[in-house]
Amino acid sequence: MSVKLNTRQVGDVSVIDVSGRITLGEGSSTLRDALRGLVTQGQKKILLNLGEVSYIDSSGIGELVSGFTSVTNSGGELKLLNLTKRVKDLLQITKLYTVFDVHESEASAVRSFA
Amino acid sequence: MATVLAVPSLGENLRHAPETANQALDSTLDSVDRAEELAVRMARSAGFDEDDLVKIGMAVRESMVNAVVHGNRYNSNKKVHFSVATGPERFTVTIADEGEGFEYRNLPDPLSAENIMRTSGRGIFLIRSFMDEFQIRRLEPGGTEVTLVKYMVSK
Repeated sequence: MSVKLNTRQVGDVSVIDVSGRITLGEGSSTLRDALRGLVTQGQKKILLNLGEVSYIDSSGIGELVSGFTSVTNSGGELKLLNLTKRVKDLLQITKLYTVFDVHESEASAVRSFA
Repeated sequence: MATVLAVPSLGENLRHAPETANQALDSTLDSVDRAEELAVRMARSAGFDEDDLVKIGMAVRESMVNAVVHGNRYNSNKKVHFSVATGPERFTVTIADEGEGFEYRNLPDPLSAENIMRTSGRGIFLIRSFMDEFQIRRLEPGGTEVTLVKYMVSK
């Protein structure tokens, strides 16, 4: 099983609900394409809901970083929501936890966008 | 592809019975999944808890990806030699590719300020974080072999 994405709008915030495995191959490339698509459309406020992510490897971490850089360079913001223990632990080990703006509530995450 | 499993003798504690497996895997992402599944299955049989199973699985995955993608470059003519051994004190995974080898002694630090936002380069760092021992050696005439060790937990 790879990754499944569901993109929805909450006001002017694009929320991507991610479930499954963000690993090298289809998983990471699917996420990459979705983020690139939103940036191309001019979306400036993107929230990744990772609450159903069962597995992420270093390639998946790389896609989160790549997405953050792309969105930021386009003048937007990328934030993370509902980190599972596994994802949170990995971001902490790799010192990326403080790079991202991480939220546990969708409502507060949406309000936090500039 | 050959799988060798050592059969424990009667009377041994089967939960922690010595076990070995050796496979020559194709250079595909499917092989990465299979190797991870086998390693986790054997680690579970050896008595590791869920936290350690996650760490072992991830370390094996990262090592296999390195072998398949960077070592063998998905070459269908090259194999990844994968072995797992459960001993009384050590759970050992060995992964060897048939590539050209690489300079592993001065890898960039993925935690440094200049590298933190790189999109790659965290694999070996994670393997070292998750395992108790990690060794790399260059093979002759070519290839790289990594050895991952997790110490058995005494119950």
